[in-house]
Amino acid sequence: MEMLITRKAEFSASHRCYNPQLSEAENRALYGESADSRGHGHNYVVEVTLVGVPDPVTGMIFDLKRLKDIINREVVDPMDHRYLNYEVKPFDTVIPTPENIAREVWKRLEPQLRFQNAKLHAVRLYETEDLYVDYSGEGE
Amino acid sequence: MTRLTRRYTFSASHRLHTAAMTDEENAELYGKCNNPFGHGHNYVLEVSVRGPVDAESGRVVSIGELDAYVKREVICRLDHKYMNHDVPDFAGLVPTSENLSVVVEKRLRRSWSDSFGTALLDAVRVQETKRNLFELRDL
Repeated sequence: MEMLITRKAEFSASHRCYNPQLSEAENRALYGESADSRGHGHNYVVEVTLVGVPDPVTGMIFDLKRLKDIINREVVDPMDHRYLNYEVKPFDTVIPTPENIAREVWKRLEPQLRFQNAKLHAVRLYETEDLYVDYSGEGE
Repeated sequence: MTRLTRRYTFSASHRLHTAAMTDEENAELYGKCNNPFGHGHNYVLEVSVRGPVDAESGRVVSIGELDAYVKREVICRLDHKYMNHDVPDFAGLVPTSENLSVVVEKRLRRSWSDSFGTALLDAVRVQETKRNLFELRDL
């Protein structure tokens, strides 16, 4: 029987949502305060959900300590206390909206989480308590 | 698949009572929620939107437009209201959170496609208290 298992991690980072191809007024209308020139920060929360079948010997879908290490290596260490637009690729060219950050977290984690009895199911990224994005790969 | 969820709050009162049952049956069925003068909750509403991420904006939906739409269609109509008396949607309908979720979904649905194009309404979640949550999903 397949089950879902979720691990949570946090990182604090700054970002600015601004598309240089649009006018100041268009950026303001689209992103509101997030377009302000010096950027601002959030305490991001990322929830990483695996789907899998518990191993009959260990009783585990996946070793959560290993999952924590992978999340830290691929996501938290590179992004924590960074200005995403300037310091974390691909956000020099990709606008760091929560939609795009969620997809980037997926892209970093998915190749590391392909196992016989477990794989990445979804990434949930909270920008604030009132706004979060779920991403589960391309397609429906 | 990308899904964006936004969280809103509103405060409202209600009384659970159906004219289809006797007073005793109502008291038995709804317990404290049947008390005659009603009572209130700080409701939390989550609205999920599913769709492609626009290449230019990096967004599934404009947060500003979503906020304005949800506030106009739902929050303004419910916040600080006695739902049984002040909200016409509940004429003849018991304002359980199941029914509230359906009313909210209908309100949001009304002119959704005119406002948001390819971004689809994916789920509506109503939290009545920290201990109960009502969810309409795969809409």
